[in-house]
Parts: sequence; structure tokens; C-alpha cells
Amino acid sequence: MSSSFPLFPPSASSVSTEMDLLYLFIIAVCAFFTILVVALVVYFTLKYKRQHDTDVGEPIHGSIALELTWTIIPLILSLVMFGWGASLFYRLSRPPADAMDVMVVGKQWMWKIQHPEGVREINELHVPLGRNVRITLGSEDVIHDFAIPAFRVKMDAVPGKFTTLWFNATELGTFHIYCQQYCGTRHSGMMGAVVVMTPQDYEAWLAGGRSTGTAVQNGERLFADLSCITCHKADSTGRGPTLIGVYNSRVTLADGRTVVADENYLRESIMNSQAKVVQGYQPIMPVFQTQISEENLMQLVAYIKSLKPAEKKQP
Amino acid sequence: MTQERHSYLDEPYGLKAWLLTRDHKRIAMLYLVSITFFFMLGGLFAAGIRLELLTPKGDIWTADTYNKLFSMHGVIMVFFFLVPSIPATLGNFLMPIMCGAKDLAFPRINLLSWYLYVIGGIIALVVLAMGGIDTGWTFYTPYSSLSSNTNVTLAIVGVFVAGFSSILTGFNFIVTVHRMRAPGLTWFRLPLFVWAQYATSLVMILGTPVVAITLTLVAVERSLHLGIFDPKLGGDPVLFQHLFWFYSHPAVYIMILPGMGVVSELVAAMARKAIFGYGFVAASSLAIAILGFLVWGHHLFVSSQSVYAGMVFSIITMLVAVPSAVKTFNWAATLYKGSISWESPTFYIVGFMGLFLIGGLTGLFLATMGLDIALHDTYFVVAHFHYIMVGGAIMAFLGGLHFWWPKMTGRMYNEALAKTSAVLVFVGFNFTFFPQFILGYLGMPRRYYSYPDELQVWNVLSSAGASVLGLGYTLTFCYLVYSLFKGELAPANPWGAKGLEWTTSSPPPTFNFDTDPIVTEPAYDYKPHGTEVTVG
Repeated sequence: MSSSFPLFPPSASSVSTEMDLLYLFIIAVCAFFTILVVALVVYFTLKYKRQHDTDVGEPIHGSIALELTWTIIPLILSLVMFGWGASLFYRLSRPPADAMDVMVVGKQWMWKIQHPEGVREINELHVPLGRNVRITLGSEDVIHDFAIPAFRVKMDAVPGKFTTLWFNATELGTFHIYCQQYCGTRHSGMMGAVVVMTPQDYEAWLAGGRSTGTAVQNGERLFADLSCITCHKADSTGRGPTLIGVYNSRVTLADGRTVVADENYLRESIMNSQAKVVQGYQPIMPVFQTQISEENLMQLVAYIKSLKPAEKKQP
Repeated sequence: MTQERHSYLDEPYGLKAWLLTRDHKRIAMLYLVSITFFFMLGGLFAAGIRLELLTPKGDIWTADTYNKLFSMHGVIMVFFFLVPSIPATLGNFLMPIMCGAKDLAFPRINLLSWYLYVIGGIIALVVLAMGGIDTGWTFYTPYSSLSSNTNVTLAIVGVFVAGFSSILTGFNFIVTVHRMRAPGLTWFRLPLFVWAQYATSLVMILGTPVVAITLTLVAVERSLHLGIFDPKLGGDPVLFQHLFWFYSHPAVYIMILPGMGVVSELVAAMARKAIFGYGFVAASSLAIAILGFLVWGHHLFVSSQSVYAGMVFSIITMLVAVPSAVKTFNWAATLYKGSISWESPTFYIVGFMGLFLIGGLTGLFLATMGLDIALHDTYFVVAHFHYIMVGGAIMAFLGGLHFWWPKMTGRMYNEALAKTSAVLVFVGFNFTFFPQFILGYLGMPRRYYSYPDELQVWNVLSSAGASVLGLGYTLTFCYLVYSLFKGELAPANPWGAKGLEWTTSSPPPTFNFDTDPIVTEPAYDYKPHGTEVTVG
């Protein structure tokens, strides 16, 4: 839609149509009430214009029936908006299981992007058409926000944790990426582009890119380099718990609580290992806060997530 | 009746008499002068912003200067203009008179509150002279606490000090309403302006300390490097957003509730008719004040807050729409079979209704979680809150100023110019901010110094509208100042309105009433055939 007075951004993802419908629905409701009230106010002002200096209005003091009407109707309409909005939000907060994982790190003032196959790019994101893509967001400094209006998606990149968003591109082309959270001098310089390609073109593009190993491979190397491997062994003989199959499992902590070992748990356990110690182990792991970059952290987590319990035998 | 007698304006003249006054009316005038100064300053920064956004490329200012322009625009307009605007001027002037009292409960504390405001304002000016700040008025961490190298700490001190002035004003109003009402003035005979100010005062007292503490924590983290909000030091950046919006969302109601009170008064007086559903309008002020404290999380839908917390905040936000809708419908219904004057205050209330409706209803877009993903932190948000704060609050403030100007100054202004400027402000405002809704859905982020070419057309419209808006405000300023010196002398009750303030002379004597009033009738008790209404 490239008219000279554009009203909508390009509609290029599996949710953009529903988002536009929700937007139009609320516009319709609001326009109705705005026009109704403004028309009444203007009509009354014209019709009941004061004729003589001493005139007063009629002594009407209210009506319970009317008050209830204009309490209940807005209430119902706003609850419909809530329900639809909450449902859409919920679906957008749950990435499909088959989504490909792309890592994006915001830093003042650029987006650093890494594909699962290890190809990296800056401020530009190439994605295949029609595939679910899950973005894991991190930040190296302040809060940023990764937004693609054509896909109607957006999420803050918050330092100290991972956040996610997902989309499924339905149109080929190039669309804007914006940083939507003010982050300092060159905030508006954190504009980028997402390039949607056919799956074949995407494969060709990947093959032409310079890969420094897949995220999992890099994570595995870091796992050795940082000596994680000396304690977190494949079996339970190490001084730390085995990490095979730990992702998304329930772990019992030293204080008796159980938590789900999701990405943010893994992250916290690396950066600030003393925060949630697994039951039966000593709090001897070093704290890696400030020693691992956000990208390396994502690679480590990708590696730990890849440790599937398939080959795990009874110890 | 000749007004050769004493009025509060002509007792002792001289700077000292004014600066040491304990008269709530003089303090209101001191506030009026100071907030006008800050409004002009904030408006100047807005002009700088709109000038830059005329073209997609960053060309007039540097990126850093631009960031400082919108930050100082926000800080000054929110903390030094909007928060004190109606309460400290119209509220200060009218609350004791509407209660039939000689002054506020604590006149010295009232003066102290103005001094605190001025000290806070001077600190803000010092910050400005030292180069300003670049954090936005929201001071989001960890940018504000560890990344920005501007004078954030000093700016925080300024906001902190000014915050106490608003706490003291709120405290003074609450005590006055409880303890100083005239005989016969029961709670349900109070003008709705008093109800709205009362609700506002509750928010001021309960909310302001939280923002003061939050900003202090930012200053502490900046200077002592304690880990509070910065994750590198073990803090949580989102914690700041929770604390900040716990005040700053209710602060929106500090800005708009008094405006709603003004509009209730104006609608009743200009239609010479009791407000339709008095009890509902009064109760809706309190409902908004209370619910306003429970919705802060709607600013955090995409900042990693839990989905379920988001749902709770979303649904409570929807509930705020209900009392706001109730008020609007009641104002419209009040006009039905009224006797509607076409004098300038009516122009302002009709304008207010249109703009406030759009401002309030666009809040529903943002409260709808799914849609907020598309709109969060875009120009849609900028347009929405300007419709509330400028379209709503400033329009109501100007309406109130025109309505009570004869009472406050004893002078009439030029009616034709007043109508012209009301129309200019309305038209200019819509041209400035309506295009920003469209820019928002197109995805234009807030606080962008440069933007893609295809968004230019709406930005040009917006900047053009801003110049009309600026013209409207300038015109208002000119004829009001002119009227101070050359305006016709105002009668005690130029509108033929009900209310205790219209029973005393214009301007009122130092202690408001020559004989202590006794109230025997409900508010807005307009009797047919002009038996009680005397014009002039």
C-alpha cells in the first residue's frame, strides 16, 4: 500500500489481517460513539441556544435508567475488546514448537542477528516465506525493542533476560525493523530491514553467508572453553548436575521449590549461579555475570537445549 | 454596584506583599504566572521537535539535541505545567470560595507549596542551562541510571522538590473540603469541581511519594552504583517501570480529573441547568481515581511482564473507560433542554468534548493487549496522550480560565477574539495530532529523530497543524494580558451562573465574602423565570 497518504503498513504476516480487523472493529465502535456524542452536543447547542438573558434550563436532574444504559453498554463493549485482544496476545506470546530459532541482540545502536546455521548479519534479517520464525531477544546494554510493523509484532529486548517473539511471513519483500524503545543518541539509527525470501532463495542465501559454526556448535565449544564440561558431565558423576534433558524439565532446588528449567532459568543459572541451586549440589559454580557476552550466552543456551536425553542410559 | 471597595488585588501592592502573601487567590495568580512561563518554554521545545520532523532526515538539530528537546518538553510540560495547572491555579483560587471559606485550611503551607514548585522549576532551568537531559520524561532504566551522561540526577532533584508542592496542595484541599465547608454545604451540595479536586488530591497524596522514591533510587544507582535497576549490578530494569507507572499512570488522572471538574461547572453554568446525574458524575471521579491506581501494568504489555498479569491490567483498564463514558454522556445529557449560552466558555467545552472523546476512546486501542503489540511506543501513543493532556486537560484549563477570568481579575476579555482562538486551538490541535494516530499504526516509533520517507506526508501535516495551534495559544495569551490592563470591568456574575463564587464581588475581597455564606440549596439550582438569576 504505497499511496501518497498511507493508512496501513504492508500486511505481511499470518497475524496482520487479524490485527487489522481488531483495529477496524475498535475504530468502528469508537467512531460510532464519537459521532453520536458530538452530534448530540452540537444539536443541543444549536437547538437550545439561549433566547433571553434570564432564561434557565429545564429542571431535569437525571435518570437511573439512562445511567444504567450508558454504564452497561460501554462495559460490555470494552469486555469484548478485552477478550479478543487478550486472545490474540496470548497466541502471539506462544511460539509454535516447529519454529526456527533466530537470535537477536540489541546494543547501542545496532541489531546483531544470528541464524541457527551460524550465519550472522547486522540490522538486516533474512527469513524464509511461510515458516514460523521464533526470535530470541537479548540486550547488551539498555532496553531496546524489536518491532516489525509489517508483521504486527514487537517485543522489548531487556538486559538481563531473554524475551521472545514469533511470526510467519506471508509476503515476499523488504520491510522495516524499528527500535521502539528509546535507547539513547542513535535510537532512530537502529532501523533495520527484514527480507522475506522464498525458501529456496533463503537456502541459497544461507549457503552464501559466512558461517562460523552453528549456534549449537559454538555453544558446545564455549561449554568446553569455559570448563563447564568439567563439572556438568554427561552422566551424574560430575560436581554439577548433568544438563542432558534439563531444558524444559522440572528441577528441584536446594530450598525444596521446583521450577521449570526454561531459557531464562538456564540464563540465570549461568550468569548468577547462586540464585537457584539444584537440590543435592553444592553452590560452588562461579558466577559468570559480566564475563559472557549476550551472544555467547545465547549460544550456550542453544547448546544446552540441544542436549536431548535420547542416548541417556540409566547411570 | 460600584466595586470601589477592597479586592484581594489591591490591598498592599508591591513585590514583597505578593511574595509573602498567604491569600489563596494571590498564590493562585503566582502559580498562573509561573506555569504560563513553563508552558511557553515547553511549547518552544515542541516547536523544535515539529520543525525537525518536517523532513525524514535528521537535519536541523543533532540527534543529541533532538533527544534533549523531547526530554525537556516532556519533563517541563508534565511536572511543571500539567500537574500543577488546574489544581494550583483554578483549584487554589476556587476551592475555598466554592466551600464558602475564607482561605484554604493551611495558608502558609499553600505558600510553601508555591515556593517548592519554584525551587523545583529553577533546578529544572539550571539543568537546562547545563545542557538538559536526554532520558525522556519517563527516565527508563538502565538508560537513565547508567547510560545517559546528562544531568539526570539534578533533574530528578527538581522533579522531587516539585513533587512535594503537589503533595502539599492535595493535602490542603482535602483538609479544606472536610473541615471548612460553609454551614449547610453538605457533601452532596458541593460543586462537582470540588469533587474532582478532592479525587485528584487523593491521587496526589498517594501517588507522588512513589515517584519521588523511584526517581531517588535512580539517582542512588547513578551516584553510588548500587544494583537496583541495572542487571549488570544485579538489579531489575523492569522494576523501575512498575514503580514509575504506579505514579505516572494515576498522574494522568491528576491532569485530567480537574479538567473534568471544570467541564462539569461550565456545562451547568452555560446551559443554566443542573448537571444530569450529579451523583454519578461525582462518584465517577472517585472511581477513576481509585481504578487509576490499578492499571499501571498496561504500560508493560511488551516489556516481558507475564501474560496473565497483562490480562489483569488490561481488564481493569477497560473498567476505567466506564466512569469516563458515564461523565461524557452526562455532560451531553445536561445540554438537553438547557438554555445554552454561546459565549466563549461554551466553545471550549464543545471542543473539549470532541477531543476528550477521541483521547479517551483511543485508550481502548492501547488497553486491548493484542492491538497494543502493534501500537505500543508508536506515535499512536503520542497522539492518544496528547488528546487527553492537551486536547482534554489544556482545553478544559483554557475553558475554565475564560469562565473564571472575570472573577479572578475583575476584567472582561475580548469575546470575539476568545471565540476565534478557541476555534484555532481546536482546528490546530486536530491537525497536529490526528495524523499521529495514522503514523502510529504505520509503525513510526516515538522519539525518532529521523524516519522513513513514506511517513513524511503525515509529519508535514502535523507540523503545519502545530503552527496553527501555536498561533491559537499566542492569541489567547495576548488578549488575556491585554484585558488585565484595558479590559472592561467585570460584574460580579457575568454569566448569570449559580455557585458561591458568583455571589461575591469580582475580584473577591481578601477574605472572599463580606458576610459568611450559608448554603440552603443544592448545586446548580437554576429556578425558572429568572427569579434567582441576576445578570450583572
